[in-house]
Amino acid sequence: MDWKRFGFIALVVIVLFSAVVMIGQVKQPPLLIVTSMLATTIAVATPLTLGALSGVYCERAGVVNIGIEGMMLSSAFFGWLGSIYMFHIFKMSAGLSIALGVFFAILTGLLMALLHAVLSITFKVDQIIGGTVINILAVGLTGFLNRQLFFGKESVFGGSVPSSPGVLPTIHIPLTEIVGPICGASASCLENLTAINRVFDQKPIAMGAVLLVFFSHFLLFNTRWGLRTRAVGEHPKAADTVGISVTKMRYANVLIGGMFAGLAGAYFTIESVPSFEPLLTNGRGFISLAAMIFGNWTPIGAWAAALVFGASQAMLINMQIFRDVIPPQWAFLQESYIVGLTPYILTMFILTGIIGRTTPPAADGVPYEK
Amino acid sequence: MNENIVLEAKGITKQFPGVLANDNVNFDLRKGEIHALLGENGAGKSTLMNLIYGLHHPDNGEIFVNGKPVAIHSPNDSIAAGIGMVHQHFMLIPVFTVAENVMLGDEVTKRGSLDRATVAAKINDISRQYGLDVAPNAIVGELPVGIQQRVEIVKTLYRNAEIVILDEPTAVLTPQEAEDLFRIMRDLTARGVSIIFITHKLKEVLAVSDRITVMRAGRVINTVNPGETNEAELANMMVGRQVILTVDKKDREAEGEVLNVEELSVRDQRDLETVHNVSFSVRGGEVLGIAGVQGNGQTELSEALTGLRHPTHGKVVFDGKDVTGKPPRVMTETGLAHIPEDRQRHGLVLAYTVADNMALCDYYRFPFSQRGVLQPKALDEHARQLINAFDVRTPSPFVSAGKLSGGNQQKVIVARELSRAVKLVIANQPTRGLDVGSIEYIHNEIIKMRDRGVAVLLISAELDEIMALSDRIAVMYRGEIVAVVDAKQTTREQLGLWMAGAHAETAQ
Repeated sequence: MDWKRFGFIALVVIVLFSAVVMIGQVKQPPLLIVTSMLATTIAVATPLTLGALSGVYCERAGVVNIGIEGMMLSSAFFGWLGSIYMFHIFKMSAGLSIALGVFFAILTGLLMALLHAVLSITFKVDQIIGGTVINILAVGLTGFLNRQLFFGKESVFGGSVPSSPGVLPTIHIPLTEIVGPICGASASCLENLTAINRVFDQKPIAMGAVLLVFFSHFLLFNTRWGLRTRAVGEHPKAADTVGISVTKMRYANVLIGGMFAGLAGAYFTIESVPSFEPLLTNGRGFISLAAMIFGNWTPIGAWAAALVFGASQAMLINMQIFRDVIPPQWAFLQESYIVGLTPYILTMFILTGIIGRTTPPAADGVPYEK
Repeated sequence: MNENIVLEAKGITKQFPGVLANDNVNFDLRKGEIHALLGENGAGKSTLMNLIYGLHHPDNGEIFVNGKPVAIHSPNDSIAAGIGMVHQHFMLIPVFTVAENVMLGDEVTKRGSLDRATVAAKINDISRQYGLDVAPNAIVGELPVGIQQRVEIVKTLYRNAEIVILDEPTAVLTPQEAEDLFRIMRDLTARGVSIIFITHKLKEVLAVSDRITVMRAGRVINTVNPGETNEAELANMMVGRQVILTVDKKDREAEGEVLNVEELSVRDQRDLETVHNVSFSVRGGEVLGIAGVQGNGQTELSEALTGLRHPTHGKVVFDGKDVTGKPPRVMTETGLAHIPEDRQRHGLVLAYTVADNMALCDYYRFPFSQRGVLQPKALDEHARQLINAFDVRTPSPFVSAGKLSGGNQQKVIVARELSRAVKLVIANQPTRGLDVGSIEYIHNEIIKMRDRGVAVLLISAELDEIMALSDRIAVMYRGEIVAVVDAKQTTREQLGLWMAGAHAETAQ
């Protein structure tokens, strides 16, 4: 990850934030706008961050995974379905049902990844085809089960979608409480502190994703596991000759990647909105792959890229708040499709390599033959 | 059993589909000796070493280390038994540092995180002890090939190897780097390390080894002492018949200029300029040899001259016409024969039949094609003629080219290219990986072309080949021609210095 790329990311984020601040400052103080936008950015970037991490684990070990979209979609569905089942059929408490929902989502990601691993590592199927299989399977399976379970006359839940046990709660980080005393009697200081505190008050998956970024970065570049993972992705034969099992390393990393994609799926239906609709991931799995590439296959780089996409979505959301104060010449910004295009346009820019070339692991996508 | 024997392989047999790669092979290695294993490609040397190193498993036979039988199922077992191997194609990860490459698989960690400092200190120790001069924090991909090889040696010593297998270690080195390697090998044996040295180069074997074992077709032919043999005898053992090692070449006056290259610059696919400002000319009836270590711009130069790559600057005049940047077909029709570097990727369509491959240059012309339809009879007849004339060993013209041996594949290319009326031959590594018999044949064909008045540009990393065939020799280093000399007025040592980057004051 080079400075040119971080610079580009910073520039885009600053432009997006400035646009909102310029419009909204008549209504709210800039600090409040920036912190609330930052909070939204981190939250909505969560599935992209986790999806990109999923890709980093797989591809660093030499397995291309374009099935992240499908893994996310199926995890979102089965995680949500699991929480409803636990709540309504097994009569568990809402909290336990939600927690088990997250578990089922991760398990689904793991099983989908197992399918990908068996196809691409054991049977050496073309990895793009393996990933496509997963994407198609996920769309068909979730769409079919969604209809059969909830909308059929004879369906388990009698033709209607039951209420879900809810979503994961926001965790409050007591920043204001701890640092507050230094403000003394200054009310504005305390106000600012409360505003800044909002950035840190996130839901568990969003918070976990940020921690996992730094954990993964350390794991990949500073531990034995990481060294071996990168070795099998760069030059599997070299790893083999020093006694490292290429098959085992690749399986393990693809499965870990699948669990990350599963957690990303859980974000949609268990942390964000407690409902499912067919195709709800809406291409976010593919955008995470773009973030992974833009981040040059490093966790921190991929996170930075995911934040750009998050920022453009956050801009869209925040624009709604200031809809009444938007000057006429900026009116086009509230058209959701214009701002909504930003992530896709950015993806295209990133993939064309305009902002510098990225180098994938040398053996990425190549099955290992002894 | 002899106390001094550190490694012994007894009755090793290994069958691969279609080939008996090792047939009841016996081999032993004494403490502190350099034991050369000599043989042609496919003789079974690498198979034997891969069995000892645990990359493959023998069907039959036993391996003893220090007199005790050992079961080697994977490289882990052989590493544990004190065996290390430096592979012909380096097993190094270019984006890793030296320390990361060395420790891979045997990492030192401190509270879960890699302890790079301890490993670096150990590498510095080994490096000092054996005069290897390797910097632990350098990125391996940025190091010259000779140093990368030392990293491989450090890798084995880091694992406390007492037996080191070197598989064709000099293939990628300049003569000076090879001398350095031999010095390191002697240092290692002086400290009790035993070395198996795999090669097919006769001179090196005689220069450096204590004993020589020759293999042919999966069997051990003989084990001899270097003092009691000579190159010719070793070559006979390798090939199984009399071999003429020198090429018979008469003096000949060169004719008019056929190819003239002026200030040519070429970029490779990564957009790096790998050929800078190169100028030279080749006349009819002479062989201009381009010597140089692999990767100094030879590939891009030959691609630019044959129309496969656009030069970024400069001019190429062929037979009086400016052909700069012209496509391959124009070059072919002007009278170019091209024997490409990678015969399987650029020389042949492996899935096509021998007959089709032999017509790749003229398939669209009469008599092979009439009104846009291929004429199988003409193709067949043409192929049969060439198969006879160039002694291609193939069951029929309709066998796919991929089924032939390397030597016969190269003969198909040579037949196709040299049977046409050509004025210029560009041969890039024409004998790489071939057996001695095929090398002999192709060398003679090249000299025949020269004697007929054709201009020949021979690009090769094998200095012996360059010296044997060329009338003039140009040396390429980092994309530039650093010297052009008369082949009779230079020496291996001088060429080696130029290949390593020493500049010539008197380029003629």
